[in-house]
Amino acid sequence: MLPELGLTLIIFIVLFLKVTEAVKSPATLLNIIISLLVINCVLPFFGKADAMLFNGMFHTSQALFFEKALLNLGTLIISLFSFEWLKRHAHMPEFFVLMLSTLLGMHFMISSGNFLMFYLGLELSGIPLAAMANYNLHERRSSEAAVKMILSSAFASAMLLFGISMLYGTTGTLDFNELAPLLRSASHLQVLAFLFVFAGFAFKLSAVPFHFWTADVYEGAPVGVTAYLSVISKASVVFIFITILFKLFANFSGLYAHVLTLSILLTIAVGNLFALRQQNMKRFLAFSSIAQMGYILLGISSGTNIGAASAIFFLLVYTFSNLGIFGVVGMVSLRSGKERIDDYKGFYQHNKFASWVLAICLFSLAGIPPTAGFFGKMFLVTAGASKGNFPLITFAALNMVVSLYYYLRVIKAVFIDDNPHPLQHLKSGYPARLALIICMAGVIVTGFVSGLFDHIILLTGK
Amino acid sequence: MNLNILLILPALTALGIMLAPGNKAAKSVALSGAVAQLVAACYLLYAYAGQRSAGVGGQMLFQERHQWFPSLNIQYNIGVDGISIAMIMLTAVVVLAGILVSWSVQKQVKEFFFLIAFLSLGAYGFFISLDLFAMFFFLEIAVIPKFLLIGIWGSGRKEYSAMKLALMLMGGSALVLTGLLALYFYSDTGNGLHTFDLQLIAAMHLPLQVQLYIFPFLFVGFGVFTALFPFHTWAPDGHSSAPTAASMFLAGISMKLGGYGCLRVAAYLMPEAAHHYSWIIITLSTIAILYGAFATLMQTDLKYINAYSSVSHCGFVIFGIGMLTRTAITGAVLQMVSHGLMTALFFAAIGMIYERTHTRQLRELGGLLKVIPVIMTVFVIAGLCSLGLPGLSGFVAEMTVFVGGWQNSDLFYRVTTILACSSIVVTAVYILRAVGAAAMGPVKNEQFLSFRDAMWNERLAAVLLIVGILIIGIAPFLLNDLIAPDTKIIINNLTRAVAGN
Repeated sequence: MLPELGLTLIIFIVLFLKVTEAVKSPATLLNIIISLLVINCVLPFFGKADAMLFNGMFHTSQALFFEKALLNLGTLIISLFSFEWLKRHAHMPEFFVLMLSTLLGMHFMISSGNFLMFYLGLELSGIPLAAMANYNLHERRSSEAAVKMILSSAFASAMLLFGISMLYGTTGTLDFNELAPLLRSASHLQVLAFLFVFAGFAFKLSAVPFHFWTADVYEGAPVGVTAYLSVISKASVVFIFITILFKLFANFSGLYAHVLTLSILLTIAVGNLFALRQQNMKRFLAFSSIAQMGYILLGISSGTNIGAASAIFFLLVYTFSNLGIFGVVGMVSLRSGKERIDDYKGFYQHNKFASWVLAICLFSLAGIPPTAGFFGKMFLVTAGASKGNFPLITFAALNMVVSLYYYLRVIKAVFIDDNPHPLQHLKSGYPARLALIICMAGVIVTGFVSGLFDHIILLTGK
Repeated sequence: MNLNILLILPALTALGIMLAPGNKAAKSVALSGAVAQLVAACYLLYAYAGQRSAGVGGQMLFQERHQWFPSLNIQYNIGVDGISIAMIMLTAVVVLAGILVSWSVQKQVKEFFFLIAFLSLGAYGFFISLDLFAMFFFLEIAVIPKFLLIGIWGSGRKEYSAMKLALMLMGGSALVLTGLLALYFYSDTGNGLHTFDLQLIAAMHLPLQVQLYIFPFLFVGFGVFTALFPFHTWAPDGHSSAPTAASMFLAGISMKLGGYGCLRVAAYLMPEAAHHYSWIIITLSTIAILYGAFATLMQTDLKYINAYSSVSHCGFVIFGIGMLTRTAITGAVLQMVSHGLMTALFFAAIGMIYERTHTRQLRELGGLLKVIPVIMTVFVIAGLCSLGLPGLSGFVAEMTVFVGGWQNSDLFYRVTTILACSSIVVTAVYILRAVGAAAMGPVKNEQFLSFRDAMWNERLAAVLLIVGILIIGIAPFLLNDLIAPDTKIIINNLTRAVAGN
């Protein structure tokens, strides 16, 4: 419980600071909050593993601690590069209260051992997100994003709940350990329940055909929130998805292999095809993240321990690479108000460091060595190939070429295209630069720390 | 010798270039790095020859093996045989020559040399890897720097060419990836683990059915890199849009990655499939040889001429591999080295000409031999090597391939050998025409008279490459002796496969 208690404490400290107005300067307040978040990153490593609470509703393990640390780290990076934006915002402390509440929800969700706890965590992590999406209070696009977010999120929850209720109806329990042996693919009602649960998750993961909300919400929300949505929120859902799929629906492996295969094909294809033509950087990243999700599902579809580990490893890499890109996009958007890919033409002329971060992170997403993204993709594809489904692997491999095209489009704009009026040098505060450095170091180093992947396999194997 | 030096040197060079205080310092770091690489490569050759003459057996020497990702049984496994040493020498020479001719680069100097150093890292890594995962890693490393080199420092339709090259090479490596994963999962080390280890898989003898599935993926995938017809279209555009050093690297080394992969991975690991698909390989490569030659006839841009002729010449590499006789495969390796040197020399000469005239169109050139004799002599030597003049490397390599092809008594192989031979005539036509138009005749443009002849750096680069060409041309047995034991191993694998059927 240590990470959760720590988070709750931080939420209360932030609330207290806000209410008493003890700290006048927003920069100081932000510094305090960020130092708290740094402590928060380390906390999971001191938790007691393999413990249980509330009759098995909540359990912990080394793997979960690793996942929580990953979520916390991502949140810290986002807070760092949103520093400038938040500093000027009138409701900065509330932003952290909302964000940390969702983070707390995610912690509960991935630690859950019971559908009730799972649902509680899911809602706690979902509803404040809509408020965060609307954090540019006077922008209509943000409000639209928030409404879309809350409606689609409610719809997904309804689907999940319907599936869960069917599971409860057929078995009379919501506890994961008790449910697992009772579920078998012979029962039609349970197959239906599986499909509903899967659809609910697909919504949250924005897997095709449940991806429609993604691009609009990403475009409308402030960059920091978009980053949070596309990395932290998704990562947490993937973690619990792996648990539920492997633990509860192990007997459905024939069925879920088919469903997943279909979903992977669609997700990769649609994500890639739509990303090709996007002009807005955030929409572009939305579709690219949909395509990336397809690859994560490819790893998961193997149903093996290595598949789960490769998904977690990839999410770590994905956190660094995607947040690096969002860091640059956020900086550009805040300083110049520009978000189109064309605006990045000639960006390299005056912003060398930011350009290299952008390029390295994009290469990582495209899976180009020696960035960590190469290793992440390789492990996912290797895990996916273990089932011998080589047409699917060929499809995924060839789609990497398509994805390379649109990543290179951005690289081309930044490094190659001529622009008589390129963006001038954009100042970035030290927190934003620190965030970019962390991301770049992560992208470069993670792949070469060969022990890391084996460590994750060891953790998930327990 | 510790092979890691071949990776550490370019990495240090790249790092040094990045940290260098100014453009001049960056250039010096790049040059000294390239010299150090050449020294290391020469020492490697010396150490290797010493070990072999001392009677050290074993397929690979200086082998080193570390666990990389133990849970997937991925290893960092490096070692060299004669073929890889020939390739490493080629890389070292071409990189040094490339850096020398790029001395006058003005735009974003640091980035330029950084990317070149990075490219050479990929090439060295590829040639020393004995683990397919590592091999793939290094193969892909080399794609993106090429994109940036062409896109930023290129000329003509550079954006288009850069994108086309990057996507087609990525497509090739996607096929390679699928093939490698399939190989991995069909391999069985006996203790429940799969392996990417080249030598282990070679000893395993995969079932024919599996080979027939996997072989096309790997052969075509690597074939894209070596401009196998009909996947050659990236090569002419890419080569001609690239800056000089990148063209030299692309045609000189990068295309050899594909040839080396076709030989080392596809043909060596799946000998039965190689026999089975031999006729397709021969057909495609014969088309590439003839089509490349005739397409060159139509070109008026010097770089396009050499780019299309590269398609034709690299066809000989695939042709030699597809013939599956020892002589032909030896010829293929000779051709890889020879073409690497020759095409690098050609591109270097074209680059020097272009830097002065600012045009590469044949009709705007003329009489250059009178104004810049040294550069044009280099140009003529490269041309003569390309058309296969005895005494230069091109003759030796192509001759060996033809003899090897003829050794197959089958009618099909002999007809295709004759067809491939006939391309030499076409080659002579376009080379002599280009030489005639550019070098001979009256000086077309008065501005030409003010040109300065080759500078020290350009002369040095040319000498370096010409020495290589002459050594192979005059004393081909040196290279032949170096690679003979290794072609024998590959051929043994191939003939054993036939005997097994």
